[in-house]
Amino acid sequence: MNNIKLAWKNLTNKPLNMMLSLVLFALGVGMISMIFLIENQVQEKFDKNLAGISLVIGAKGSPLQMILCNMYHVDDPTGNVKIKDVKPFLSGRNPLIDKAIPLSLGDSYKGFRIVGTTQDYPELYDVKTAKGKIWKDNFEANIGADVAKIANLKIGDTFYSTHGFLSDGMNGHEHGQFKVVGIFQKSNSVIDQLILTTTQSIWEVHDNHDHEEEALVEESTDNHEGHDHAEGDDHAHDHNHEGHDHAASQKPLIEEVDQEITSILIKFKESSKKSFQALTMLRGINENTEVMAASPAIELNRLYDNMSLGESFLRNLAMIIVFVSGLSIFISLFSSLRDRKYELALMRVMGATPTKLFFLIILEGLLLAVIGYVIGIILSHLGMSVFAGQMEDKYHYSFTAAKFLKEEFYLLGGALFIGFVAAVIPAYQAFRTDISQTLTES
Amino acid sequence: MTETMLQTKNLKFSYDGKNYLDFPDINCQRGEQWLLLGQSGSGKTTLLHLLGGLRKPRQGEIMINGENTNQLSSTALDQFRGKNIGIVFQKPYFVRALTVEENLMLAQELAGQDIDKDYIFKLLNQLNVGHKFKSKTENLSEGEKQRVSIARALVNRPTVILADEPTSALDDKNCHEVIRLLEQQSKEANATLLIVTHDGRLKELIKNQIEL
Repeated sequence: MNNIKLAWKNLTNKPLNMMLSLVLFALGVGMISMIFLIENQVQEKFDKNLAGISLVIGAKGSPLQMILCNMYHVDDPTGNVKIKDVKPFLSGRNPLIDKAIPLSLGDSYKGFRIVGTTQDYPELYDVKTAKGKIWKDNFEANIGADVAKIANLKIGDTFYSTHGFLSDGMNGHEHGQFKVVGIFQKSNSVIDQLILTTTQSIWEVHDNHDHEEEALVEESTDNHEGHDHAEGDDHAHDHNHEGHDHAASQKPLIEEVDQEITSILIKFKESSKKSFQALTMLRGINENTEVMAASPAIELNRLYDNMSLGESFLRNLAMIIVFVSGLSIFISLFSSLRDRKYELALMRVMGATPTKLFFLIILEGLLLAVIGYVIGIILSHLGMSVFAGQMEDKYHYSFTAAKFLKEEFYLLGGALFIGFVAAVIPAYQAFRTDISQTLTES
Repeated sequence: MTETMLQTKNLKFSYDGKNYLDFPDINCQRGEQWLLLGQSGSGKTTLLHLLGGLRKPRQGEIMINGENTNQLSSTALDQFRGKNIGIVFQKPYFVRALTVEENLMLAQELAGQDIDKDYIFKLLNQLNVGHKFKSKTENLSEGEKQRVSIARALVNRPTVILADEPTSALDDKNCHEVIRLLEQQSKEANATLLIVTHDGRLKELIKNQIEL
């Protein structure tokens, strides 16, 4: 029988003591590992979706909100800006700018955001279509891989957009009818969760929407106009689409000076990324114009700082739990040693050296630590899969429980260290067992 | 042919450095059975611990199977004890987390011997506890425990068996049985048996006697 087996039998002989130590240890390890997992995956998601975007320009408000809304699609827009106010960035004449991508938000389908934009947007994330083609005309849409799966849409399907971002659609009635012309490949970027179409489609839906609302108000005074719209629905829409499609293809985006978009994502040219002009552009925009610019890198760092406050609290709490569990291993070994002192003396009589007893007790501490660690890691990954489910429901963001980090491996080192330290005093006591004295005490 | 297995000369021991316990010289041959008689407090158990190498004497020497045990390093003494000396204690101690069989296997292993399950089984059967080999030791009766501890003392085929008051907790019937088994087993193993006791019942049973 080797030492590990003997240590294991000794531990399982006192299952309740063992449980207490294990539960505490697993809790501490699980919490720490869970913090690692969430932190890692949130950062990874954020970083992946940076996609080289240096600036976001939009309506004045909270810069963090603007970043979260326009880059990560988890918050509401800060408002809209008129094309004429942001024309210099969209014109393509700014020597610093590689790409300026307009985004128009505000509508959704089954909780998935519909984004009016240009074809540069998916290219930014290096996402290609898995099926179908890239949208071109108004009311053609490309959908992300997750949208296709969860909303169960195929090429050629049509759907009605809903005003607002809520999935229950209580906020507004269905209005624009879109047709799926392409489905993107799965990319683990934000594109997975989006429906992309032309900017003009969004304008058109909202023009119609506004008209309808006006119509409802005017219905009592102007019966004829109201009747026209109320009767219309699909017919009226279809008709409108054609008309506007035509108009849109003739007039470039930039000339629709009085139309509004939500934001512009700016990607600087590689060569000018670190230039003085690029670095001062943010301040320049915020101080001299009616629109707001924000840097995702700066805002994300601010967000991480805020997160790390809560994280460090949780981490300290977890450390305390781990410390207490170490103490519990110590107490449990120490008290079991009191019960087992005759056994230890007996083992000495049978030929065991003091060193052998020392390592036997150390092994019991390490064994507790390793088992506690394994349970803790299992718990944290179970917890992560619950968390992933919730995140998916709420933000359509996908996290995974199946990913293991090198930090978790370091955690094993920490666990072994604690197991060793907790066992070292009891082990030393076992080492010093005086056979004769112990056996005559009875 | 006789062969001295257990021998002491001028053995002295003191717990406090002032009051010395003086022990008579002992000289036991291979296969002999001896009784060491003495009242409580006369130092019987101390002598047994000295002989078993569980304590070091202040003075004098102990020869077991030709080896002067005082001069062994503590690790060597641990190994020597495990292999050559079987001790039956007054109270039967076991590693409680283990079964009867595992306790005996542990004894073989700690003494650096190969595990010999057949021998373990044979011993347990001879001592009428063969059916208990898978039991936890705490589920045994007092008599069974004592018999298992005899089996453990014998499991490494020691040359000397020391027994400390093996019968004090037992009734007459079990007392006779345990002594009979100790005698029988030590004879079978050709080992020297030394029983330390104040139990008068044993005087009738073993004729070689030393008084403390």
